[in-house]
Amino acid sequence: MRLLTRTPRAPLEYTRTLWMRLWVGLVLLFLYAPLLVLMIFSFNDSKRNVVWRGFTTKYYEKALNNDTLVEALANSLTIAALATIVSLILGSMTAIMLWRFKFRLKGLVDGTISLPIIVPEICLGVAMLIFFAWVDWPTGLVWPLNLSAITIAHITFCFPFVTMVVRARLASFNKEEEEAAKDLGASDWQAFKHVLLPHIRPALVSGALLAFTLSLDDFVITFFTSGPDTITFPVKVYSMVRFSVTPEVNAASTLLIVLTVVLTAVALRLQGTKTITVSH
Amino acid sequence: MAEQDWKADKKAFWVVSSAPLLWTLLFFLVPMSFVWLYSFGSNTGLAEIEISGTLDNYKRATEWLYVSIFLKSFAVAALVTVICLVVGFPVAMALTFSSDKWRPWLLLGIMLPFWTNLLIRTYALMMLLGTQGYANKSMGWLWESASWLKVLVGLQPLAAWEPVELLYNNFAVVFGLVYVHLPFMVLPLYSALDRLDKSLIEASLDLGAGHLRTLLKIVMPLAMPGIVAGVMITLIPALGAYLTPDLMGGTESQMIANVIERQFKRANDWPFGAALSFLLIYAMFILIAMQGLRRTRQGGTS
Repeated sequence: MRLLTRTPRAPLEYTRTLWMRLWVGLVLLFLYAPLLVLMIFSFNDSKRNVVWRGFTTKYYEKALNNDTLVEALANSLTIAALATIVSLILGSMTAIMLWRFKFRLKGLVDGTISLPIIVPEICLGVAMLIFFAWVDWPTGLVWPLNLSAITIAHITFCFPFVTMVVRARLASFNKEEEEAAKDLGASDWQAFKHVLLPHIRPALVSGALLAFTLSLDDFVITFFTSGPDTITFPVKVYSMVRFSVTPEVNAASTLLIVLTVVLTAVALRLQGTKTITVSH
Repeated sequence: MAEQDWKADKKAFWVVSSAPLLWTLLFFLVPMSFVWLYSFGSNTGLAEIEISGTLDNYKRATEWLYVSIFLKSFAVAALVTVICLVVGFPVAMALTFSSDKWRPWLLLGIMLPFWTNLLIRTYALMMLLGTQGYANKSMGWLWESASWLKVLVGLQPLAAWEPVELLYNNFAVVFGLVYVHLPFMVLPLYSALDRLDKSLIEASLDLGAGHLRTLLKIVMPLAMPGIVAGVMITLIPALGAYLTPDLMGGTESQMIANVIERQFKRANDWPFGAALSFLLIYAMFILIAMQGLRRTRQGGTS
């Protein structure tokens, strides 16, 4: 009966109309149903994925005992962590450069630095392939140096995103605060550390999250830069999907989805729901 | 606050700018210029490429086979964008007009798939759409029910259900690309609608326009910058999509990125692949320039 006794709908409360709720519900179903099915079937006791034959966790065991899969996941996480750190540094430096200084050809520099965002992944991947082949980049180095080519490629497309996020945050910074700090005797470095850095910290958190996800997510560019012994998780899953679809893929995917959700929850914890919207 | 001239504090300028500029030069501009140079080269041996300044690669790209793939990629990307816009607009509206309590959760609901690995999402979709997948099973069930109903009212039963091939065709590519790109469209739409002055909508409704008319005459024109941003942010990655057509498409649904990949892996014709890559980049530039033109024209008239 509560449904009938609720307050009448105001004209602009479109979200409370039935067809709107239905539409949003269907879209969410469309977005989540495939992922839920994938996760449920990671517990399915069947090799052929399609019919439910009872609950098992054996494919998790199998996935975790699959050395190349675990190694690929470790590689991916290492690359993502390294790429995130370097992207944060390079991205913030670029943002500060573009925000603080006036210099010749600034428009050109600005445009060039954000180009990796626009250039199609396939073209960047191809460029990296040609580049690393031409400089004869050493392969077969010890871990984690053997991941250097992939990491470099990832940094190239991740740091412009960090720049974008940090720059948006810097726009709301009051330069007088920094001047006041300097008047009161702070050095350049102290003013940066104690005044500017605290202001851009939320942007750094969301920039880091963005860079980490972009790096972990990337398939195409990695596909062109990875060698036979430097497989990342997406590249490994790609070959598994291509050649043999087993519930192992489901189990590994579920683990990564859980990791994504945990990361998101941590980011939300750290700075509230603003993180969700900051990436655009 | 005005920007500082770099000469006023050269040391600080070089501290923040040298590393990013060097990185961009070394690991972006140099690799890209290699691609550009290769596009004017030719294969002289198995792994030898001579940059001879030839235009043969571009000439070959104008063959109907490649032109048709370019056109097809555009058509697919445009269709995906239109579907995303139609599906995403009501969602963005719902986000804008939802209560403060629900909005963050709804936003999270739209964003979470965007943060999930692209390959995993594609694989999940493949599982669902396969001939043994749940999409087919549900349709089969509906078909059986319809057949049963017909028998119930005394008609001939329908023919037995044949699983439909939902994967490895153009439909699957469009479906997969919509699935992947929908969040890209919703976010810019939402941020444009959120900035919109709600009293204008109220005024329109007060003055007697219906909801649909208000939507078409007031909301849509005011949200145009967001719509354009959403279209660009969906169209550009969809045009260069590689993974979805590769995994979900059939032989006839290959897009331009797949052809480029083939030149670098199986066909081993790097110069031609490089030329195709640059043609794709030029196409992107034209799209962006068109958007810029639209913006300056609007700025001039208002």
